[in-house]
Amino acid sequence: MDVFDIIGPIMVGPSSSHTAGAARIGHIARELLQERPVRAHIKFHGSFARTYRGHGTDRAVVGGLLGMFPDDVRIRDSLAIAEREGLKVTFETVSLRDAHPNTVVIEATGESGRTLTVEGASVGGGNIVIRRINELKVEFTGEYNTLVIPHRDMPGAVASVTNILAYYNINIANMKVYRPDRRGEAMMVIETDQEISRELVEMLAKLPLVIKAMNIEKCRR
Amino acid sequence: MFGYDSVQELVEAAEKQQKRISDLVIEDQMIELGMTRDELTGKMIDNLQVMKEAVNEGLVSGRKSFSGLSGGDAFRLNEALKGDRMLGGTLFGKALVKAIAIAEVNATMGRICASPTAGSCGILPAVVLAAAEELGLSDEEAAAGLFTAGGIGMIIAAKASISGAEGGCQAECGSASAMAAAALVELAGGTPRMAANACAIALKGVLGLVCDPVAGLVEVPCVKRNAMGAANALAAADMALAGIESKIPVDEVISAMKAIGDAMSPKFKETAEGGLADTPTGRRLAEKIFGNENKKNKQQN
Repeated sequence: MDVFDIIGPIMVGPSSSHTAGAARIGHIARELLQERPVRAHIKFHGSFARTYRGHGTDRAVVGGLLGMFPDDVRIRDSLAIAEREGLKVTFETVSLRDAHPNTVVIEATGESGRTLTVEGASVGGGNIVIRRINELKVEFTGEYNTLVIPHRDMPGAVASVTNILAYYNINIANMKVYRPDRRGEAMMVIETDQEISRELVEMLAKLPLVIKAMNIEKCRR
Repeated sequence: MFGYDSVQELVEAAEKQQKRISDLVIEDQMIELGMTRDELTGKMIDNLQVMKEAVNEGLVSGRKSFSGLSGGDAFRLNEALKGDRMLGGTLFGKALVKAIAIAEVNATMGRICASPTAGSCGILPAVVLAAAEELGLSDEEAAAGLFTAGGIGMIIAAKASISGAEGGCQAECGSASAMAAAALVELAGGTPRMAANACAIALKGVLGLVCDPVAGLVEVPCVKRNAMGAANALAAADMALAGIESKIPVDEVISAMKAIGDAMSPKFKETAEGGLADTPTGRRLAEKIFGNENKKNKQQN
């Protein structure tokens, strides 16, 4: 905690958990999709389900999907902007098991037909936790620059990525490898102290054992 | 992290070094954030700018919130201020107008600076901006007041809570009001000890206040509670500046606020199940806004 956690952040209202956090989850879904979304089905659970209209949680998630940060005043009009930009949005209220009260599940489809499911929770003060990407349970907060890299579950996959990061002087703050089973695909989530350039992300994506490389920029405060 | 664990510690250090609380907060945060004094002040002035813009937007737009529960009252009150029809004097009137303006902008998804939260974002900016206008302070001087408030806020957040969901409205608007009272004293040239007394007096004035938003929205009673938080801060600052002391030391008041928050029923912690939210009118408004969908979801959960 520092003084700008108390006097700040700058955000659109009305609620840091129900609006700012929701926008951040939407924004992370957009970065993980890596392309313009054309369709999104958004499911709200718990307090989000009860109050999403009044808190603008729906507008915040959609604004995030359109690439807006939590302080972007266009979030207020994001539903109309989505329609104009060809993003079709639907909402549903659901009851999930063992989920934080402020949970949203975003099922997004990109312009190339690529699909992605992201589950995130807004845990207070605009802070969030991403809990699931597609079928894989994960846990990261977006407080750091975060690389999400699905890869072949084989020796050398992790080293091939971390070697390149070391070469480019990128320090790893936290790292975890998720493996749902032994069927061959796993996922690295790497939080770094430095920003990752687009070129570096492309370089990582081309590694033989890497399936995809996605980069989520550190949350702007 | 903040290098001071209590307000007492902060006041003693300020007295010993003959500095203002804001100086100590800035020096501490220079180390914590690895920023220079100018960078820190610049960033705080950016926040101050957002606060000013929010006031302006709230005064001109008169926009209603999506729920229709709030909007337009800052304009109404400002007309009274402009017409010299307010009882409490210019600084007091300006603070009330600004607090409502910012809280209304927050309710319409406008851009605000959380201070310390979005729900309480009108209180501190209102008194600092009103004082800056009336006392003729520069942006840099006003920003110093925000650092003082931020230092107090960090101590309250660490020792108790600044969240309505955790400690009720006393923790959210109450903390904002206590922070604002301390900032006001410093801006008016009072001593660090006076600032601590103002902080204690302001927080004592709202102990036990519950968080009971109608329909769970940050509107009723939150918008007007922002105005009350600003009024409470001004009253506490005036008392402290006159030399009145809090019999209960500020850090003990903060601990009492935590104990009260811990003992408070969950009904009164932003769940919209008690207090004003649970009045016949509160329930009727909730039903009107969310319809039966709200009821259905409640059963599911």
